[in-house]
Amino acid sequence: MNFNATLIGQSITFIFFVWFCMKYVWPPIMSALETRKKLIADGLAAADRGKHELELAAKKAGDNMREAKATAAEVIVQAEKRAAQMVEEAKTAAKEEGERQLAAAQANIAQETNRARESLREQVAALAVAGAEKILRREVNAQTHADLLGQLKAEL
Amino acid sequence: MATEYASSGEYIKHHLQNLTLGKLPEGYERHDHHGNVEVLSESTLTFAHNAQEAKDMGFWAVNVDSMAFSIGLGILFLFLFRMAARKASTGVPAGLQNFVEWVIEFIDTSVRGSFSHKNPLVAPLALTVFMWVFLMNLMDLVPVDWLPLAGSMVGLPFLKVVPSTDPNVTFGLSLSIFVLVLFYSIKMKGAGGFFSELAFQPFPKFMFPINLLLEGVGLIAKPLSLSLRLFGNMYAGEMIFILIALMFGGSWILGLFGGVLQWAWAVFHILIITLQAFIFMTLTIVYLDMAHSEHH
Repeated sequence: MNFNATLIGQSITFIFFVWFCMKYVWPPIMSALETRKKLIADGLAAADRGKHELELAAKKAGDNMREAKATAAEVIVQAEKRAAQMVEEAKTAAKEEGERQLAAAQANIAQETNRARESLREQVAALAVAGAEKILRREVNAQTHADLLGQLKAEL
Repeated sequence: MATEYASSGEYIKHHLQNLTLGKLPEGYERHDHHGNVEVLSESTLTFAHNAQEAKDMGFWAVNVDSMAFSIGLGILFLFLFRMAARKASTGVPAGLQNFVEWVIEFIDTSVRGSFSHKNPLVAPLALTVFMWVFLMNLMDLVPVDWLPLAGSMVGLPFLKVVPSTDPNVTFGLSLSIFVLVLFYSIKMKGAGGFFSELAFQPFPKFMFPINLLLEGVGLIAKPLSLSLRLFGNMYAGEMIFILIALMFGGSWILGLFGGVLQWAWAVFHILIITLQAFIFMTLTIVYLDMAHSEHH
């Protein structure tokens, strides 16, 4: 073992290497490691959050579905009820209309009957007058006996 | 390969000698293998040709191989990590970035586990210590003769390829860390606080000389044990590789046995080099943590 200036040279070299390492090697690698660590942690947290949100969404979707089904069933029931009601109403309306038309027809018939009777009465009167004329020929003056005829007509 | 050397002792010595560049004084007598003596007419900057010359160069000499390999490995480490750092993104990492992030996470976990204060220096320091020491130790797995042989082909008399078997390297690391420990001790506790920690415990205040001695030894032991542990482990490991390599100079049966042994020791050594790098790093963190903490 003999010591010489190599000792000093080594120390200087060592100090230089440590300085270089401290300045240009350690910080960039360490910061890259730290950043990556953070990135991974963030990614995992985000994944967890996403999973949780997915669960919530699935639950919500299920709820919505159930609600929609319930609503749909209710709507169907109501629609059926309404349809029955409408049919019922239509039936009633048809019946009423039928009755109304029947009544109108009957009224019409009655009116026609009256009118026919009236004209028949007139014709009978005319016929009676004509018959009487034929029987009496000269004696009877239509003019003078119009009052009598009218009275007769009213009695028929 | 060992046959090129006069004795196995010389082979081992050769492998344990650093390539030292330094100044030999005027009038220095250089002895070569053949016993010839050359007297230097003026002080010369040269590579040491043997251990004695390296010693005679005194303190102002440099182990060129240790410096070159350690700096090269350090640059390799910083280059790889810098590349990953530049491409660092928050996306899915691949290839090199994956590896680098794995190492950084490992260091970060260790630092968080052992260091309970806030200091932006400690984690990069730990990373540098771990990776650099690991790479230097890793050179131990290169077969002991390859690189020295290549070196001798380009005229280098010695080449010690594992920087962490050079105490200069391990002490260079541990003393730098020791300076940091002292700096943060004084910065966090104040000079008085640091002194009282050394002088007024574990015994009552009036026994402060004994306290000072005990705590002083404990303090000095930190860098000493840190560097000697790494050096000792690597040196011993390298020595065993060298001893195994000696077998390749014997008969083919011995050589075959040596090959098996080398493989087995190398596999085992993978554990040791990683462990030593880890221990060095962990103790660095712990010492710095102690420097930041009030009384333990």
